[in-house]
Amino acid sequence: MTGVWVAVLATAAGCYALKLTGLVVPRGILGKPRVRRFAELVPVALLAALVAVQALGAGQSLAFDWARLAGLGAAVIALLLRAPFLVIIIVAAGTAAGLRALGVA
Amino acid sequence: MTTETTGKQAGLTPARPVRDGIALGLAVGTSGLAFGAAAVGSGLSAAQACALSLLAFTGASQFALAGAVATGGGLIGGVAGAVLLGSRNALYGLRLADVLRLRGARRVLAAQGVIDETTAVSLAQPDAAAARLGFRATFATLYLTWNLTTLAGALAAGKLGSPQEFGLDVVGPAAFLALIWPRLRAGAAERAVGVAGAAIALAATPFLPPGVPVILAATAALAAALMLPLPAAT
Repeated sequence: MTGVWVAVLATAAGCYALKLTGLVVPRGILGKPRVRRFAELVPVALLAALVAVQALGAGQSLAFDWARLAGLGAAVIALLLRAPFLVIIIVAAGTAAGLRALGVA
Repeated sequence: MTTETTGKQAGLTPARPVRDGIALGLAVGTSGLAFGAAAVGSGLSAAQACALSLLAFTGASQFALAGAVATGGGLIGGVAGAVLLGSRNALYGLRLADVLRLRGARRVLAAQGVIDETTAVSLAQPDAAAARLGFRATFATLYLTWNLTTLAGALAAGKLGSPQEFGLDVVGPAAFLALIWPRLRAGAAERAVGVAGAAIALAATPFLPPGVPVILAATAALAAALMLPLPAAT
């Protein structure tokens, strides 16, 4: 539990430091076009990686949890229908929970 | 200044940015429910979930750390991934610095509010005064709502039985998917980086400790930033 607290506080400190950096740093450094582009693309790469790993990962191996994948599929449909964020989450969790309750996945 | 004066004469100045900020703050802030529930489902305590919302206050990073805790171990990798995800806020700060023009203690306080939503509202305003109002309204509303709903979600999830039974294990990936969606629609380079990032992370999962494959995915962004032509807009 202590380890988790350290991780929580380290994450908070790191995230705050980044926010402050942008406000105080001279324009020249972060303003370079390729640096800007990297910072724009980093969230895309990391978020896609997180989706993949959390959907298919089970520790250090890959596993197909059909209820979880169906929940993600439902989230995609909700996104295509332009549903609000919270609706997307509820649809995804509800689909997975429903399939598990029915015992089909 | 001219715009500001005209706006004031028309009686319009404060209404738009404040209304925009409050509306977006309330709409996005309620997603704290999802974070609180997912965090407790991942094995964080309610206090830890609340500390993240109060102190880190940037959704994607918070979900990422909760996910790292859920996989059990790999906390150093988890922290690194979560902080790396927050790097875009540094860029937002860079753009907001010109608009907000803050000094000293105010800047230290405002920094906590430099996130996707406050940036979107501030940069959409016609002048600096409206941008500052929009920033404050969005920050205040979103901070309050996000933290209250985190607490509510965490307490509610603590009362539920197994997180899997309620599909809480899908909340993290679904949230990331929703966050990445508009960026994937932004261009072919974004989609290529997304696919490459996911592929790199999956391929590395069997060989590296949890958390590290996600950080490795950043190399897809690095390669694209260095090698692909820059979009005309930036």
